[in-house]
This record gives sequence, C-alpha cells and structure tokens, in this order.
Amino acid sequence: MCASVMNVIDLVAAYQTSERNIVVVDRLNLSLPKTGIIGIAGESGCGKTTLIKVLYGLIEPPLKVLSGDVLIRPDNENALSLLKMSEKEINRLRWRFFSYIPQASMSVLNPVMRIEDQFFDQMVGEKVGKSELRKQLSEYLNRMGLPHEVLRSYPHQLSGGMRQRVIIIMALLFQPRIIFADEPTTALDVVVQRGILEMMRDAQRSLKNLLVVVTHDMGMHYQISDFMVMMYSGKIVETGNAEEIFKDPLHPYTKMLISSLPRIGDKLKREGIKGSPPSFYNLPQGCRFHPRCPYAVPICRKEEPPVVNINNRSVSCHIIG
Amino acid sequence: METETPQSLLLKAENLTKVFRIGGIVLGTRLTAVDNVSFYLEHGKSKIMSIVGESGCGKTTLAKMMLRILEPTGGKILLEGRDIFKLKKKQEKWFKQTIQPIFQNPLEAFNPLIRVDDYLFNTATNLCDASNKEEAIKIVDESLSSVGLDLERVIGKFPREFSGGELQRMSVARALIPKPKIIIADEPVSNVDASIRMNIVNLFLDLKSKYNISFIYITHDLSTAYYISDLIAIMYRGSIVEYGSAEIVMTDPLHPYTETLLQAVPRIGEKWDGKIKLSGIEVKEFEATGCKFSFRCPYVKDSCRQKRPPLTALKDGREVACFRY
Repeated sequence: MCASVMNVIDLVAAYQTSERNIVVVDRLNLSLPKTGIIGIAGESGCGKTTLIKVLYGLIEPPLKVLSGDVLIRPDNENALSLLKMSEKEINRLRWRFFSYIPQASMSVLNPVMRIEDQFFDQMVGEKVGKSELRKQLSEYLNRMGLPHEVLRSYPHQLSGGMRQRVIIIMALLFQPRIIFADEPTTALDVVVQRGILEMMRDAQRSLKNLLVVVTHDMGMHYQISDFMVMMYSGKIVETGNAEEIFKDPLHPYTKMLISSLPRIGDKLKREGIKGSPPSFYNLPQGCRFHPRCPYAVPICRKEEPPVVNINNRSVSCHIIG
Repeated sequence: METETPQSLLLKAENLTKVFRIGGIVLGTRLTAVDNVSFYLEHGKSKIMSIVGESGCGKTTLAKMMLRILEPTGGKILLEGRDIFKLKKKQEKWFKQTIQPIFQNPLEAFNPLIRVDDYLFNTATNLCDASNKEEAIKIVDESLSSVGLDLERVIGKFPREFSGGELQRMSVARALIPKPKIIIADEPVSNVDASIRMNIVNLFLDLKSKYNISFIYITHDLSTAYYISDLIAIMYRGSIVEYGSAEIVMTDPLHPYTETLLQAVPRIGEKWDGKIKLSGIEVKEFEATGCKFSFRCPYVKDSCRQKRPPLTALKDGREVACFRY
C-alpha cells in the first residue's frame, strides 16, 4: 500500500437551507494515494462535485462541513487539516500543492485580463523567470494544439474547447501534487476530449502526481482511471482497481450501470435501472439504493450497509458483506 | 437517394441550406451552418434515423428547420409532399399532428408555473379535437401509459415535483398525444442520468414498432445512436459526410471524419490505441472552399483543398463525401 497524499475522514458536508441542512456527502472515508489517476463516478446530484469542492477548500455558503476532517500529507508528522486552515493559507496551496479544473471554464478565468497576464499573475513568488515560464507554456500550447496567439487574447475570444485547454495548462504549470478535474471535458467534442484526456494522462505519468477525475461517463473512466470510486446518493458504494471494477463489479448499482451501457458493434438489448436516485430531502431508510435494487432483502430496507473490504476493494452492500 | 416519387415519402429534405450572419451588416461574416443537406424518410416504414456530429456541425439548426422554428436560406422540406414553409393557416394544425418535437432539457420544456397535466390536456384539446373532458382524459391517459406513467401520478403536479427522467417521459407522452408520424428528438437523453438513459432510448424503440413512428434522433452520443438507429447521417461543419445503414457506417466507416470520430469514443472494453493530435482551426473549416475536413485529414491531397467532394452512392447503399471513394 503506497502512502497517501490526502485522507478524508468521516466527512459530512451539507447545504444550508432556511429550514434545515441538506446532507449531500455523508460520513465519507477515502484515502487518496500519492500517485495515479482516481476516477470518481456517479449520477448528477450524487455529491461528487461537492466532495471535490471540499477537498479543494472551496467551502462557501450555503455549503458547510458539519463534521469530519480532511488531512493533507497524513503520514507526515506535521500533517495539516485542510478544514482548519484559513482562506489565505489555502490560497497558498492552490496551483502549487493542488489545482482544480472546473466544468465551466469561464468562471475561473478573469474576463478582462489577457491569458498571458493571468499566467504571470499566478507566478508571484515563484523562482522561475518569465522567459522560462514562456518556454514551458509554449511547449504545453503545442501539445494542446493551441496557437500562440491564445496568450495575447482575452477569454471571450476563445472557444469553449480552447478555454478549457488553457485552464488545464494552468492547472499543470506549477506541477502540483494533486489535480482535481471536475467533468473536465463534458462540454467538449469527443475528438477534442480524447486529445485532452491523453495529454492529462501523460502529464500525470511524468509528474507522478495524483489526478482526480470526476465524471459520470464510465467510458472515460475505462480509458484513463487506475482506481475507481463509485458514489450513489452522497455515499461511496464501491471502490477498487478500475480494471477489476469493470470486469467484475460487486455492488448492484455498479453492476447494473455498467451493463446498461450500449456498445458500438454490439446490438444486445440493454436495460436501464428502474426508478430514479432518491431526493436528499427524502432519503429512504437503510441502503439508499434499495428502492431500485432487484436483490434487496428485508435488512436493506432497515439498516445502512457497512463498508466491507475485500483485498484491495471495498463495497457497501448487505448481500456482498 | 433521389429516385423516390415525392408522394411515397414521409419527409424529404432537399438541398437544405442555412446561412447565419454574424456581426453587423457591413463588417459581419456569413456562416453556413447547414450546407446543402438532403435526406428522406419513407412512408409506411418506420425508421429511426440518427443525425450525429459534434457541437457546431449544424444538427440542431437542421432540427429547428424541420420543426419550422427556423426558415432555411435555401432548399426545402416536404412533409408528405407539402412544402412546410408554404403551409396555409389551416394546414399548420396538420403539421403539428404529423411531426412532434422532444427537446434536450425537460425542465426547460415545461413551464414551471403550469401544472403538467394542464399541458397534456391542452395538447389533447388543441391537436386531437377532444370535445369534452372525458375524451381528453382518455387520450392523455393512453399516451401516459405508453411511456410507463399513469394519470393518477401526474394529476395536479408541477414540473419540479418530478425527476428529470420522469419529466422526459412526460415530454415523450405529450409528443405522442396527436399520434404523430415523426418525432424529432434533439439530444433527448444528454440531460438524463446514465442509469435511466437506456429506459428512454428503449422507449423510442418500443414506440417505433408499436405505433409505427419514425424518429429523427439528433445526438453527439455515438453509442446510443448505434443502439437505436436504422439509418445514420454523420455531419461535419454543416454537411453530411457519410450516410447509410447505422450498422455498416459505424462498424466499417469510410469517411476519414467518421473514422476519427469513432476512434475518439471512450469505449468500455477497448482501450484507445495511439494518440490524437489536437488543432485549433475550427473557424477556418466553415469557410473552406474544398473539403472541410481537409485540415485534419490524414489522407489529404491537393485536390481536396480546391474542390468539395460530393456525396457519392456506393454499392452497399451508403453515401460518402470523400474523393477516395
């Protein structure tokens, strides 16, 4: 087992409404290894984006952490708790220790600043000179298929695909230890998507850091993830080596989701999962998947399933446990 | 493609072109979003035809023209032989009874302040001439049950009380009320969760065989397109570059663009092989005089840059716009 770069301990995160707190990440435990590509999968509203926001320290109202902890470099003697750090301290970690690629690229770039200046702006306090940074930038631009004029443009002059590539370059530039990417290519065309994912994978392999990719697209996970975290309704239902999860999914949700996906060249009839994910306002008792699960037994309706570890995998299901 | 007589055709698009003006009249440029596109659907043989392409390929513009939301700059669309842009006032109802839309975001398709059942009843009264409440209830109940819902569950409720999957079923039910011959579905499952997506897609297959409805399925998702389509048209920068049976086109693509597209799909069970090169030439491609794919094509020759390849019919029934064939 390799050392971890970040540990999530019993994390509970909620959105505050006028009436009560809506818990969307519920008692979550996860250990992020120092190197590799971790894929987080789940449907919209399963809490995957909220989890990433907490891990990146983007905890702004109405989002609130109710309990639990996020430890940085937990194996070190001077491990830090992200949740106890001030905004200023977290800012110092951003782009250097960890970076974040959000789905909507426009929200990260300053609309009234040239791309080049935004890069230099991040450089304050950095030892490398402008010329060295320019050299590095031009290498990344070439790899991303972006013309150099991009540096002199304003964000609105670029297409969505180009902006997303600029953000990815920015996220890679200072070689951070963790890169969080939340649906990094969802708005893009498949051909561009493939190019960008391959480039991110190559960068991860050469930097030997950790890339956390959040997407609902299981095909993307199959292509790039080493390790998978399956989420359903605010909980982790299954984790494991990506290859094993695709070959032999254990949790009924993972199993049914993977077998529902149509494949080109295979006309086999595919069935979706009946029903829909529960609302956080009205969660079912017991296992949250039980109303849609064909294998549900009485205990599933009463008690939450425990997390069971089998070799390098974990699964949260009464039938498997 | 042009051998059929117009009467035997359910829907025919003939040399459809749509040009948008970008910017001012003096300094603006023109962008050909749909460029000389032709296809048809036959009467009596319900088919699912997919129009597939990336964002900006003109697929949604094409859908909007088929629904009379946008008027074409050139060419025409014939529905059962009638030009849909030259309809008389009386024929507009017939148009809505024959062709119905399903849109991408079900939450936007329903007005949040109007009860869902009101929508359905209004459609029944306006398009099916239901003269009394009982008749309307019968029609609505029937269409709801064909999508796996029932009136009891829907009555008196507002759109926000349903999940995305249920709402999308409801918009299918609404489209079914006038018993249309064609449904145009523009990205109907891209806003629906993966676990529910197949239920909607299977519903289309079901409706096709049960009610003889033809579908035009507009999507960027090649896997579901392969799963449900009989026919497929691959669009690139406003033009159809390959057209034919979905099975043939998607398992043995000929046009270099179709090939590139299929290679980029993140498939399960088959890892990507080699690397793809990214480029930033999007705008140039729309204005190209020759083949629009020539900037990226691995097989490009000088002649490709000068002249645009026409769609050419091949022995296996498909059509390809590439000088190599």
